[in-house]
Amino acid sequence: MEVDKKEEIDSESSEQVVNPWEVSAKDGGKIDYDKLIDKFGCQRLDESLIDRVQRLTSRQPHVFLRRGVFFAHRDFNEILDAYEKGDKFYLYTGRGPSSEALHLGHLIPFMFTKYLQEAFKVPLVIQLTDDEKCMWKNLSVEESQRLARENAKDIIACGFDVTKTFIFSDFDYVGGSFYKNMVKVSKCVTLNKAMGIFGFSGEDHIGKLSFPPVQAVPSFPSSFPHLFPGKDNLRCLIPCAIDQDPYFRMTRDVAPRLGYSKPALIESSFFPALQASTLLSSLQLLKGENGKMSASDPNSAIYVTDTAKDIKNKINRYAFSGGQDSVEKHRELGANLEVDIPVKYLSFFLEDDAELEHIKKEYGEGRMLTGEVKKRLTEVLTEMVERHRRARAAVTDEMVDAFMAVRPLPNMFE
Amino acid sequence: SPNYLLIFLVLQELEIDYSKYEHPPVLTVEAQAKYVSSSEGALSKNLFLKDKKHRYYIISAMVDTKVDMKVLSQRLGLGKGGIRMAPEEALGELLQVSLGCVTPFAVVNESARDVSLLLDKNFKNQARCIFHPLSNDVSISLNTAGLDKFLKSIGRDSVYVDLEANANPAVGKDQPPDLALYVPAASVVVPELSNKASSIQTPPTKNATSEIIKPVASAKPSKPAGNVNSVSANSVSLEFKNPEKFVEEILNRTSALLLSEAKGESVEALPGTLRKRLTSELTLLAIMYKNTAYTEGFHAGKNYKPYRL
Repeated sequence: MEVDKKEEIDSESSEQVVNPWEVSAKDGGKIDYDKLIDKFGCQRLDESLIDRVQRLTSRQPHVFLRRGVFFAHRDFNEILDAYEKGDKFYLYTGRGPSSEALHLGHLIPFMFTKYLQEAFKVPLVIQLTDDEKCMWKNLSVEESQRLARENAKDIIACGFDVTKTFIFSDFDYVGGSFYKNMVKVSKCVTLNKAMGIFGFSGEDHIGKLSFPPVQAVPSFPSSFPHLFPGKDNLRCLIPCAIDQDPYFRMTRDVAPRLGYSKPALIESSFFPALQASTLLSSLQLLKGENGKMSASDPNSAIYVTDTAKDIKNKINRYAFSGGQDSVEKHRELGANLEVDIPVKYLSFFLEDDAELEHIKKEYGEGRMLTGEVKKRLTEVLTEMVERHRRARAAVTDEMVDAFMAVRPLPNMFE
Repeated sequence: SPNYLLIFLVLQELEIDYSKYEHPPVLTVEAQAKYVSSSEGALSKNLFLKDKKHRYYIISAMVDTKVDMKVLSQRLGLGKGGIRMAPEEALGELLQVSLGCVTPFAVVNESARDVSLLLDKNFKNQARCIFHPLSNDVSISLNTAGLDKFLKSIGRDSVYVDLEANANPAVGKDQPPDLALYVPAASVVVPELSNKASSIQTPPTKNATSEIIKPVASAKPSKPAGNVNSVSANSVSLEFKNPEKFVEEILNRTSALLLSEAKGESVEALPGTLRKRLTSELTLLAIMYKNTAYTEGFHAGKNYKPYRL
């Protein structure tokens, strides 16, 4: 069964916690992704699947696939089977607009989704869960709607094609066929089950309880009659971070009962924060690899609004280094690549596989110093952020309106 | 240029104490010294430099401070001969100033956003220092605190450097280039440069009488780099709206990459490198161009009024 057992939620304190509202490692450890895959019941994304993607799309697989950032999936092979036969799919991803400031961790699913859109030539719906943030973060309705529009601008700046992309906010769009599907889904999930999957309790307000169907139904093409009229069998692929898995386990459970296809998922690991506290005590919760980058501590993350100087300073001052304390010791022992944040970041964002290998080898064996690695990282991130800023500058309110307009997308599969 | 006046407005608004001296246009420090006495403050010599990767630097120093270009180049991590005087066209394009007018204040221009500014730490010992405010017929004196406040207001941190330290740097594994931090992250393409043979900017200490002096009244650069002259943020960049700018942007980026890669590679390998390095950024540019066009159509569609008889 794909549904979480209630007991697993109870033993939170001594286990790692991964759900949409909290991510933390077991005390003193890193997130154990293998355990997560086991516990959630999804599959590893292996080499053969990545090769298949390369063959089907006739282009190099995205750096996030090559480096194992997107590392787990559900039914991705079935999506590829159908695609090979000429049956297309659509993409669904989203963002909970809880803050204006977006950091690099936030961009990762969007960068990957953009690649999927281009490589497979398929349409995309992007959900902005302003209602969720209004409920969970206690924002006003207006503020959450405003943040949704602001975040939409950064999302658009990732390079989505307006002729194939529909962005919507829940406050704007819920209703009509979308709401009909929400009710259908709600009827299939008991209170007990919801509490089991999401860890709700008697103290939580009923808004929270009724939210999961909102995030579930974009997986069904009939929720978008203006986009997919008559295409009720169109399959859906959801790129997301692995902490969103509970929503979609529920959705996949419900789908057959409604006569709908189960959505497929392709899931990413978490993007680490810049710092990790020193490895003094195994009881200390390490912020580095062991929690998500959080938008609440500005120095834990690189923001899309950071200047070149900010980026350089943050990397130099806060990025946890796996290098040794002294040059001599470093040359002798080499760097600890497991905990080194700059190398980890480079593995996400440095496109050139050969260069990354070279850096890992030289740094790991002590010939390259931390300063050089940090400098290279600063270059890579600065270029990325600068590119994003320029694209962001092109996004007007009118462009957001265009992306969010309920309109047909006649060329969505070209 | 409009920014020249802006400097005074900003100084006044920030309540920075300064003095202003007007005089005939001067191209050298010696000439400037005739009109602004040393009791008013320490004169500065200002160098506009460029490295092989088309990154630009303003070095502003006390007249007596020795600036050794070889040493500076090594301290920046550019090797021994990595830095030289920037050509005259770059002066106009990037700093929006004419000959003899390089000044820390030039960084107020949007076109100079990637120019690194290094200040002589000896300025800090002076009661006041003297700079041109973007025009060589005016000088202003202010203290370093005032200069720092001005720079901070335009988003720049002041960087003071001991320009005479490390006279014999022996930059290497054990002594890394200490100024490498200040190498700009981005290189800049100055469009004029790829067309003509570049003329070297006259260094301030040389007598410039043999050069044709640009008339001060029209001290504007011959062709602005397409950047907005004001300090405030650009509205939507034209490269996403205007086909000519779009094409220009593509050619600029390709040229810049070509120039920086051409030396290391065989001609046959170049197209491959260009493709690899440029594909994703040019695709993003093209997508945003498309999105902009669609948005304009969307607007037109929303406001469309069917023809009435």
